[in-house]
Amino acid sequence: MSTTTQVAAGTAAEQRTKRGKPQLSEGARAERRLGFMLCAPAVIVMIAVTAYPVGYAIFLSLERYNLALPQDIKFIGFGNYGAVLSSPYWWHALLVTVIITAFSVAITLVLGMLLAMVLHRAVFGRGLVRTISLIPYGIVTVAAAYGWQYAWTPSQGYLSSAFNNSAPLTNQTEAIIIIIIAEIWKTTPFMGLLLLAGLSLVPEDLQKAAKVDGATGWQRFTKITLPLMKPAILVALLFRTLDSFRIFDNIYILTQGSNGTGSVSVLGYDNLFNAENLGIGSTISILIFICVAIIAFIFIKGFGTAAPGTDIGGR
Amino acid sequence: MAAITPRQRVGWTTANFVVIALALFPVLWLVSLSFKTPTAILDPSVWPAQWTWGNYHGILNSSQFIRPLINSIGIGLISTLIAVVLASMAAYAIARLRFPGKNVLIGMALLIAMFPLIALVTPMFTIERSLGLFNTWPGLIIPYVAFGLPLGIYTLSAFFREIPWELEKAAKVDGATPFQAFIKVIAPLAAPGMVTTAILVFLACWNDFLLAISFTSTISSRTAPAAMQYFSGGSVFTVPTGPIAAAACFITIPIIIFVLFFQRRIVAGLTSGAVKG
Repeated sequence: MSTTTQVAAGTAAEQRTKRGKPQLSEGARAERRLGFMLCAPAVIVMIAVTAYPVGYAIFLSLERYNLALPQDIKFIGFGNYGAVLSSPYWWHALLVTVIITAFSVAITLVLGMLLAMVLHRAVFGRGLVRTISLIPYGIVTVAAAYGWQYAWTPSQGYLSSAFNNSAPLTNQTEAIIIIIIAEIWKTTPFMGLLLLAGLSLVPEDLQKAAKVDGATGWQRFTKITLPLMKPAILVALLFRTLDSFRIFDNIYILTQGSNGTGSVSVLGYDNLFNAENLGIGSTISILIFICVAIIAFIFIKGFGTAAPGTDIGGR
Repeated sequence: MAAITPRQRVGWTTANFVVIALALFPVLWLVSLSFKTPTAILDPSVWPAQWTWGNYHGILNSSQFIRPLINSIGIGLISTLIAVVLASMAAYAIARLRFPGKNVLIGMALLIAMFPLIALVTPMFTIERSLGLFNTWPGLIIPYVAFGLPLGIYTLSAFFREIPWELEKAAKVDGATPFQAFIKVIAPLAAPGMVTTAILVFLACWNDFLLAISFTSTISSRTAPAAMQYFSGGSVFTVPTGPIAAAACFITIPIIIFVLFFQRRIVAGLTSGAVKG
């Protein structure tokens, strides 16, 4: 009986708020409470696993803290930041990361767009092509990376033998190109699918009308398809850029970061597990975090990318 | 679409074949490696001269692979279950309830979805060691849940928006509390979305490498992708190419079949959060 009255109160409260009175009835308060209760576990886990460690990393980054020298832990302010930012290793790793990110994202965007068009216009077996193009998405990154590594190993790989039995993974430029190829192969299907979803939102009538007006295929693509797909493209680019900036698995398997092919993530990992330097490792963590924040800020504020999810409450 | 010239037809058909070849060839190479005998490994041809199941026999009889495989499955399933349950609760609240702080929650999930994992590794490593979580299942499950949550919250709130909510009102009129309405009416309707989310979260856990090599030190909790690099060859001088290729195929093929089987759901899930807005 009491439940019924409560529900009735709830609906009444809803109607009242709709008329613009922000008074909190018992029902609205119950709704609020339920909302908090339902979100609380997710929020607690997310804060415990990310916000707290990041706070802790800021603290660690201000300390001289080497696991090999436990008696020498000392607060040194921004000393670690000075050490990292004046180190050629950091700038080199950042440059490698930026190059890998820029090339892999740009090429993935073009190939993903082509894939989306092929899937959109598939003459036969659209399902089959879509199915098979999902394989690189499904494969475990590490497994695929081993495949690429063996393919480029002299006297055992098909790609190495096709290129005169070369050992490109031991050469900086060639190794970075192979890392980029591995990255592109793995992520193009995801890009293609995101763009395909955007492509299917472009009304067919517009295309037809433009065709009647004498627009060429290229004109239709640049004047109609691209502008209408801009939001989808920007979101896909944002996701891919941030994902690519974090690149680790492919590099770790393909070169272990040797010959100057390490990304910032590989540098951070090495400082923690090989140099056992928590202070420097944390400093690199924080700097990477700042880089990612800057990238996201540029995309959202600069390019006007709709932050994914912000529409969730509104619709 | 009806007016397509024969030349265009040839063009698109060729494009189809190019896509199929590019997507399949690297995988076929890995499969072929996994069937090569140790001597045939040194032959770069894609078609093995001699076929053998030896590599699979080897890894399936070795605790160095079986134990990590069990860890991968167990850790993946537990993380997925927890993440989907918590994300459903939060996504329901976001999609349906009026409460302050909703946008803060969405912003937070967005931040975590973009989070550079490596930034977490150093502090988490220290924290896990002091809490005794290092090299245990919970030591991996906890971060996996945290990183599965944003994905889950996005995907699920997109699905929850599509549910006919009049049914919930009807249930409330019939005397159900909001909680009962959630469990009895909405949850069954939301099941397809939850399955999709579960698949995406499980794939992310199964795929993870960085956290798996950072927070484990023995096979008691190391997952399969992290364990492969510790395989040994027949002797110290043999690179374990065959066993690694076999293990790579073994952890990949089920996932590929799984992805192909659920492809409609996966595509819907991947694109729901990102494009609809």
